[in-house]
Amino acid sequence: MTEETGKAAGDGNAPSRRALLGWGGAGLALGAAAAGVGVAAARSDDGGRQTAADSGAAVPFHGAHQAGIATPVQDRLHFAAFDVTTKDRAELVALLKEWTRAAERMTAGHAVGDGAYGGLAEAPPDDTGEALGLKPSRLTLTIGFGPSLFAKDRFGLESRRPEALVDLPKFPGDNLDRSRSGGDLCVQACADDPQVAVHAIRNLARIGMGRTAIRWSQLGFGKTSSTTPDAQTPRNMLGFKDGTRNISGTDTAALDKHVWAGAKDGADWMAGGSYLVARRIRMHIETWDRTSLQEQEDVFGRDKGEGAPVGKSKERDEPFLKAMLPTAHVRLAHPDSNDGATILRRGYSFTDGTDGLGRLDAGLFFLAYQRDTRKAFVPLQRRLAAHDALNEYIQHVGSAHFAVPPGVRDTDDWWGRALFS
Amino acid sequence: MRAVRLSVVTAAATAAALTAVTGCAEKSDGKGEGAVEVVAKDDSCEVSKTKLPAGHIELAVQNKGSKVTEVYVLFPDDRIVAERENIGPGTKATITAEIKAGSYEIACKPGMKGHGIRQKIEVSGGKAAKRSPEMDKAVAAYRTYVQAQADETLPKVKVFTDAVAAGDIEAAKKAYADSRIGWERTEPVAESFGDIDPKVDVRADGLEDGQKWTGWHRLEKALWQDKKLGTEEKALAPALYKDLADWQKRVGTAEITPTSMANGAKELLDEVATGKVTGEEERYSHTDLVDFKANVEGAEQSYKLLKPIASKNDSALTATLDKRFAELNKLLDKYRKDTSSYEFTSYEKVGKADRKELSDAVNALAEPLSKLAAAVTK
Repeated sequence: MTEETGKAAGDGNAPSRRALLGWGGAGLALGAAAAGVGVAAARSDDGGRQTAADSGAAVPFHGAHQAGIATPVQDRLHFAAFDVTTKDRAELVALLKEWTRAAERMTAGHAVGDGAYGGLAEAPPDDTGEALGLKPSRLTLTIGFGPSLFAKDRFGLESRRPEALVDLPKFPGDNLDRSRSGGDLCVQACADDPQVAVHAIRNLARIGMGRTAIRWSQLGFGKTSSTTPDAQTPRNMLGFKDGTRNISGTDTAALDKHVWAGAKDGADWMAGGSYLVARRIRMHIETWDRTSLQEQEDVFGRDKGEGAPVGKSKERDEPFLKAMLPTAHVRLAHPDSNDGATILRRGYSFTDGTDGLGRLDAGLFFLAYQRDTRKAFVPLQRRLAAHDALNEYIQHVGSAHFAVPPGVRDTDDWWGRALFS
Repeated sequence: MRAVRLSVVTAAATAAALTAVTGCAEKSDGKGEGAVEVVAKDDSCEVSKTKLPAGHIELAVQNKGSKVTEVYVLFPDDRIVAERENIGPGTKATITAEIKAGSYEIACKPGMKGHGIRQKIEVSGGKAAKRSPEMDKAVAAYRTYVQAQADETLPKVKVFTDAVAAGDIEAAKKAYADSRIGWERTEPVAESFGDIDPKVDVRADGLEDGQKWTGWHRLEKALWQDKKLGTEEKALAPALYKDLADWQKRVGTAEITPTSMANGAKELLDEVATGKVTGEEERYSHTDLVDFKANVEGAEQSYKLLKPIASKNDSALTATLDKRFAELNKLLDKYRKDTSSYEFTSYEKVGKADRKELSDAVNALAEPLSKLAAAVTK
């Protein structure tokens, strides 16, 4: 791969022959729609733009929206899905309050409760201690409620289940592992330091024992969505630049239109919230690696070096979709091919060692936020599952859907108050 | 079971009125007032004070040598009060313990082997662990329980070992799980006899170099996997009985404190969480659920005796614990015919999802149980 190859098509609107053959592509990998570039506002409701965020800083926990959605994407992820094991609604509410208080402390860089040391010698400390001395590292903790939480005869939430919180349909090619799917609750922990993210989930899991149990969790590294317009787009595990186009964290108009649920969208308690789809997408790394460069670029619709869309020279040039193969990933995922359907992506690469057959257990942990999953992820994924050339190299093995409530307003407020009150 | 496990209750049970034994390098550099400084080198072990008041002691250890070292606080007969291993060259560590009046030794072991370089210390006066008549009553009742478990176990062990010695595989299989219940109910105390535990309850993966594999699990393998009892196995049976008779004789002398009881209860659940719920403990016989139940019963016994004290200090905790014990017991009942039976479902027949449910229930109980010691001593 050379720089030249990527740029061969030049800047013109009409794709050259080379471009038609080249289908270069900086990818919107995997089910990605697109709009502006994700940027650096710690909180969209802050309005202000924090470029070049200090990777050690604290992200405010309180606000109209939960942090961790429009927040500039951090480097690392620990995502956990929980089963609620208690049948007692009051216990669940008490847990959510305890979690909220712990999340306030941890996101500010403080230890949970009375800390990790200095307490009674006879008892285990409140905090597990592995984040002592580490910076807040822009830790965000974002909670979501899964469809199963609203099931009949559980917590009396049946009538409050948002219509948009659909049971995701089975998409062609899905090979979902039940033990990596679903969950009554989820917590997304993002931070610039993996130890900080893991510490947060570990402590929440511990606080939850007896009321919740971890159902599955996923570690992620290498964010796969671009968040800063000036920075190089990160590459996914297939070696392609990914997430060149994403909703900007500062683009309040786009966020309001595509990401934040409104008061009139069906569930009043979700106003200011969003819907999260999480998919564990395994990549067939070894077969991809022996695929010709030509095919790789064709599959994405961008070139591998620069990441320019077919027929264009720069990564961020507006793609000319018709220049790409009809099965090209970028073409199929683009909002223009999907009646404008747009999602906000926060996916991460993962590598969980090697499977029993010696294959790298790697891929993309896809996270997408949207105002209404029925109008965004579902049609998008239907299209991709049916036609995407990339399907030969990927398989969706885990899936979950969550209603992510609005932000915690202040120190009296708690995660899910509007739902449970 | 691991060979010699040095945990709170193990040390506490062997040891004097000991409420906590924690090695904690992260906590501080031992700069607390009154910390005893221990400077460990390859050929020396300097201790800053040799006369200490009883109660909470803290050793601030600095390894200025070139070898990894370990530091022990020992009774005159070499039983361990507290220890910390793997203190690297140039690093610091803190060892804390609750200790009562008496003579002790501090030993540094450069290279982590041998007798170590020793220094005598005298501990006097001060105050040891807080005790009340209520606490003494709980401890006395628990001691009675522990002795009763050993007394009741011996005849059951005899049934098992006689069957093995006679080469009667079926009878031995039938008697196996039952012969372990008393031991499992009081495991933290039983294990405190560091010389008995590795002989009777060690698993193949817990053997140290050169250690001969003896005891229950060796016979378990012969019965279920090898499906034969040779001369060697037959000879191991009376040895097992003899070792357990030794346990029965000595168990009454174990040091037991309110906090060792509380933390012992938590440890019993930890035993379940790490060994039983995974099916590792009884990998040949798959009788894990029998041990599981016995561990829970033992924990519940400790808890019940301490509950009057704990509930005064933290009634929310005891309410949670009551609930969680009930939930776990109810879940376990699903796996046996009736509540008087110790015939549990073979663990190989317990599926992945059910194992997770059991694991979650154990965590749900063990996490609040870890707060019992604090509630007792508040």
